[in-house]
Amino acid sequence: MSIPALFPYLLRLGDDRLVLGHRLSEWCGHGPILEEDIALANIALDLIGEATLLLKLAGEAEGQGRSEDALAYLRDSGDYRNALLTELPKGDFGFTIVRQLFFSAFSLLQMEALQRSTNAALAGIAAKAVKEARYHVRHSAQWVITLGDGTDESHARVQRAANDLWRYTGELFVADDVDREVSAAGLGVDPSTLAEAWRSQIDDVMARATLTIPPTPYMQRGGRDGRHTEHLSHMLAEMQIVARSHPGASW
Amino acid sequence: MKRALPSRDELFEILGGVMDPEVPVLSVVELGIIRDAVATDDGVVITITPTYSGCPAMHEIESEIRKALEAQGYGPAEIRTTYSPAWTTDWIAAPARAKLEAYGIAPPGPAESSELIPLRRRSASVRCPYCKSAKTEQRSVFGSTACKSIWYCNACLQPFEEFKAI
Repeated sequence: MSIPALFPYLLRLGDDRLVLGHRLSEWCGHGPILEEDIALANIALDLIGEATLLLKLAGEAEGQGRSEDALAYLRDSGDYRNALLTELPKGDFGFTIVRQLFFSAFSLLQMEALQRSTNAALAGIAAKAVKEARYHVRHSAQWVITLGDGTDESHARVQRAANDLWRYTGELFVADDVDREVSAAGLGVDPSTLAEAWRSQIDDVMARATLTIPPTPYMQRGGRDGRHTEHLSHMLAEMQIVARSHPGASW
Repeated sequence: MKRALPSRDELFEILGGVMDPEVPVLSVVELGIIRDAVATDDGVVITITPTYSGCPAMHEIESEIRKALEAQGYGPAEIRTTYSPAWTTDWIAAPARAKLEAYGIAPPGPAESSELIPLRRRSASVRCPYCKSAKTEQRSVFGSTACKSIWYCNACLQPFEEFKAI
């Protein structure tokens, strides 16, 4: 079953993971320790793998013959539908790991719900992603607790990261017509229904990490409608250069 | 004279000779990657499932499967990918687990529970594949490939890998 809202919905799911996966891949060769370098590359690979499957499905839902590669490499930033949280530059390790916690906890809840999608292909991708996301949540939560409840320096760095990132978390849970339509059709999940469970899990990890959730008067948004920070264009320029310079190349 | 179509068992036997490129001691059948094998007058169709969404070995595995079938005169094979049901380490049977351990990779424990935020890893310790000691500690959940984690044995002082339960 397909409805017009399915294509933009799948783009959001795929773009979140493609953009965050690329940001994580920037750590390859730059991790603080070897094990962590490998861990971040592994998680990046999971996210990009999930994005491949989701964008392939998006291309099929759109029905214009666009492959997952065409969607990844031949769209400009205004056509990307990822949440702003995922596109921010990777920052220091504390910033990256707090962002991973915020996104992975959201992704796990989202994929658990999507296992019940009436679209069998999406349900299958979600069942796979749930297993991966569980490892991602545990990894980032353990690091946030270790660093938050660590030295003065590590505590200050992850608290600063949480303060800087918090205003980008609201967008994950904003529902619009696309979300409501796919949810009503049983294809997707309304993200606003995940907010409460997400918040209680984050509160738990932050408390164990001796970190505080900053007060935020205003939540940033725009990514779901193609209004991005300046960072996304720079990232895409690097990510897309080979595919755009050598159209149709294969190896 | 046309030769008879191979049975599912015969196809599985051929595929039992295709080893996983990253865990070369196990075949793709033993790993549970092969979900189905059917031969019709139109050709052979093999259905596979990836271990992880981003597993980079899948292309290599597909090409090895094609080569093995063609060597037996069953080609060109069509390879379909399925994602449901999602692959689980529970599909790796006891004989394959013994081969993993003998190769120096600790076999996977039971698949992960669905506990929502699993803050801590399951408590059971992983046995060192070299000296069989239980005095081991996990160094990283993520290892040299998506399917393995890194451990260290405090008895024989060897680092080793564990096949991650999913």
